[in-house]
Amino acid sequence: MDFERREAPYLAPAANVSGVMQQVLLALVPAALAHVWFFGPGLIFNLLVAAAACAGGEALMMRLRGRPPMRALSDYSALVTAALLAFALPSLTPWWVTATAALFAIIVAKHLYGGLGFNIFNPAMAGYVVVLVAFPMHLNLWVAPRMGDIDYQFLTTLQTLQYTLTGVLPDALGYDQISRATPLDAMKSGLNDMRTPSEIRSLPIMGDFGGVGWEWIGNFIAIGGFWLMIRKVVRWHIPLGVGAGLLVPAGIMWLLSPGTEPSPGFHMFSGAALLCAFFIATDPVSAAASPKGRLIYGAGIGFLIYAIRTWGADVDGVAYAVLLMNMAVPVIDRITRPRIVGHGKETKAS
Amino acid sequence: MPGPAATYDLGKLHGGLRLPAHKSESTSLPIQSAPVPEQLILPIDQHAGEPAQPVVSIGERVLKGQLLAEPAAMLGAPVHASSSGTVVAVEPWPVASRHGDVAPCIVIECDGEDRAGEPKERATPYTELPATAVLQQILRGGIVGLGGAVYPTAQKLMHAASCELDYLVLNGAECEPYISCDDMLMRERAEAIVSGARILLHALALDTGYIAVESDKPDALRALAAAMSDAGDERLVLKQIPTIYPSGGEDQLVQLVTGREVPTGGLPTDAGCLVQNVGTAAAIHDWLQDGEPLISRITTITGDGIATPMNVRARIGTPVADIARFAGGYTGSAKHLVIGGPMTGRSVSTDRVPLVKATNCILVLSEVPAGGPELPCIRCGDCAAVCPVQLQPQQLAWYARVDNEGELRRHGLTDCIECGCCDLVCPSHIPLTHEFRVAKARIRELEDEKARAERARRRYEARNERLQREQREREEELARQKERARKAGPDAIAEIMKRSQRDED
Repeated sequence: MDFERREAPYLAPAANVSGVMQQVLLALVPAALAHVWFFGPGLIFNLLVAAAACAGGEALMMRLRGRPPMRALSDYSALVTAALLAFALPSLTPWWVTATAALFAIIVAKHLYGGLGFNIFNPAMAGYVVVLVAFPMHLNLWVAPRMGDIDYQFLTTLQTLQYTLTGVLPDALGYDQISRATPLDAMKSGLNDMRTPSEIRSLPIMGDFGGVGWEWIGNFIAIGGFWLMIRKVVRWHIPLGVGAGLLVPAGIMWLLSPGTEPSPGFHMFSGAALLCAFFIATDPVSAAASPKGRLIYGAGIGFLIYAIRTWGADVDGVAYAVLLMNMAVPVIDRITRPRIVGHGKETKAS
Repeated sequence: MPGPAATYDLGKLHGGLRLPAHKSESTSLPIQSAPVPEQLILPIDQHAGEPAQPVVSIGERVLKGQLLAEPAAMLGAPVHASSSGTVVAVEPWPVASRHGDVAPCIVIECDGEDRAGEPKERATPYTELPATAVLQQILRGGIVGLGGAVYPTAQKLMHAASCELDYLVLNGAECEPYISCDDMLMRERAEAIVSGARILLHALALDTGYIAVESDKPDALRALAAAMSDAGDERLVLKQIPTIYPSGGEDQLVQLVTGREVPTGGLPTDAGCLVQNVGTAAAIHDWLQDGEPLISRITTITGDGIATPMNVRARIGTPVADIARFAGGYTGSAKHLVIGGPMTGRSVSTDRVPLVKATNCILVLSEVPAGGPELPCIRCGDCAAVCPVQLQPQQLAWYARVDNEGELRRHGLTDCIECGCCDLVCPSHIPLTHEFRVAKARIRELEDEKARAERARRRYEARNERLQREQREREEELARQKERARKAGPDAIAEIMKRSQRDED
């Protein structure tokens, strides 16, 4: 009898890229729901715009590169980029800002470097930084959360959609009425005004650790992140590295000078720190390769976030921190190559 | 009955995989004996190394156990007739071998009488023979490593005898899914394994022999413990090792059992260990105690393409088709035939291939689950997490594609044991092991090329040097002659001239 030949191994593969990406997207759902609850449907519109732009950019680039567009679209990696962008941008963002970020992420940061697996920089962060530089005023408009602030003005879904499409607020509303400083913003300007962290933390926008709403989104991001770790989609090294890189200096400074330094808890639950630890820095393509390398890579990002927040001009530093550490990856990989079994210790760093 | 020995001071293995075992399908029946087939197909290169040289001619009648092919010099292993009959051909035949898909085979038309030659005289028990004589005997038994690498056992032992050894390690791990022939052998013939282990300890003058078995084989552990207590040999220690693929790789087993690492490019003997498969130990016992050379082996025939999965003791050379028929035939869905296990086996296109000394498993599958198209590496690092040698397959794959020999070496390509763990976990379905095999071959080729270039360069330099030397010598000789002639004066010169004129005539 004749048989069909195959290459070993003959067992079912354990995972596939689209499965990995789908799980990442799934893990973001609770945080997305919380985001919509606290800040309105803006995230959904951002997500739709970003997804359309990412998918369109991906299809276009695959066609230009003479490859089947479906192959790239079906791995869901462009959707993950879109989702991260949607979370990173303010919930009120005009569509062209979001689309610019998404197209830059996919076309320049991803495909011009060779597509999935070859990009040096985290696409979502590269796209975010481009619009941060190009449209600074649009990235300053953060709506107030649903709770805590007694005079917050919650936009209707239609008004949010209108703003997303036109970039213009409904007639009766001014920017001051709907937007609030973010917790990080308030902390930074408050500290500049020589107020103490505890004074600043008594503002109505502040919650238990971070800002109202933000810290809950942070909780759900952490839950999604831990779920990914249990599923082994994400390994623990990068989240731990980011956490330690941020919390250790923040903790030391806070212990030394609690009157002028915000607490480590505030750092962890504010801005994009948790999103970065579990979802952004963990993008494997642009991260270091080995477990030890990933700890260093994560710690570098965590420390840079702290440094930019504390000493830099920007309020939050996640995107810059990630991009800077992306650049350091080749060096980290070189110095952290694991010792191969059977090789003496002396061959470790040849 | 004493229970299995404790699992103390076990080493640690990096990575590895817990795979679906698929072993119970083939372990419900005791080991079955396959009948003498009509034809025996005996490849002459069933072992690692040089092929053996046939010593029979076509038309010759042979008896069971008769020598058919002899190893060239001390390299390789002999091939014996596994039943009686007539040699009808020595010709290329499809095989499942790492050397290729076709190999020269001695074909025997069996007479069905299964007549054996005169039983060998067993004059001296091995314990009274010097170690070297025991090794010589093992060589004549045609015994090769039955774990799959089929390295000629005698050669391995002779090398080991020249090394400083601390431990004998018998490999009963059998970590690859579906395969259960060692498990069944340990259950049913534990005393033969223990006896073989004692012969090996004697031949190598060792004080400690570990028998390592994975924890998912309680029956085998019990049987071995009983046989060991019957033998009452305190040199033997039973070790239960964790059930994790690839615990049965030689280097990995040494690491698990002794905590020692086999140095890169080295053998277990460099870590003071000699590793032998439990089946090999039993084969040594069968040969030295019962006079039966290696003419049959136990193989697992299993998979969803086989009607009655089981373990079969079949004669070496039996066509796989005959063994499949013995195991109830194929099911309707049989589509792929794999010789060996599902991780490291070879898929073949026909069941005309014979059972050889290396065949520990015949796996018939209805489908090989395809992972979908190959995608770019996303550097997730799962491959590195499961690599038992702690390589970084994602980096290796990168360097293999750009053919960067230096980085491939630095990243330990040659340390890859080709276990296939990385393939299985790769979410991008990159055939990593296959790419590494190709890259290794490339590196070997480059090395050969370099060696050839080096040889050519040396030849060229040697020739230049020789030419220069000859030139120098000629000049010196000429100078000497001139000097002599000048000293001798004009008469002598005239004499020399006359002589040379005469010579020319």
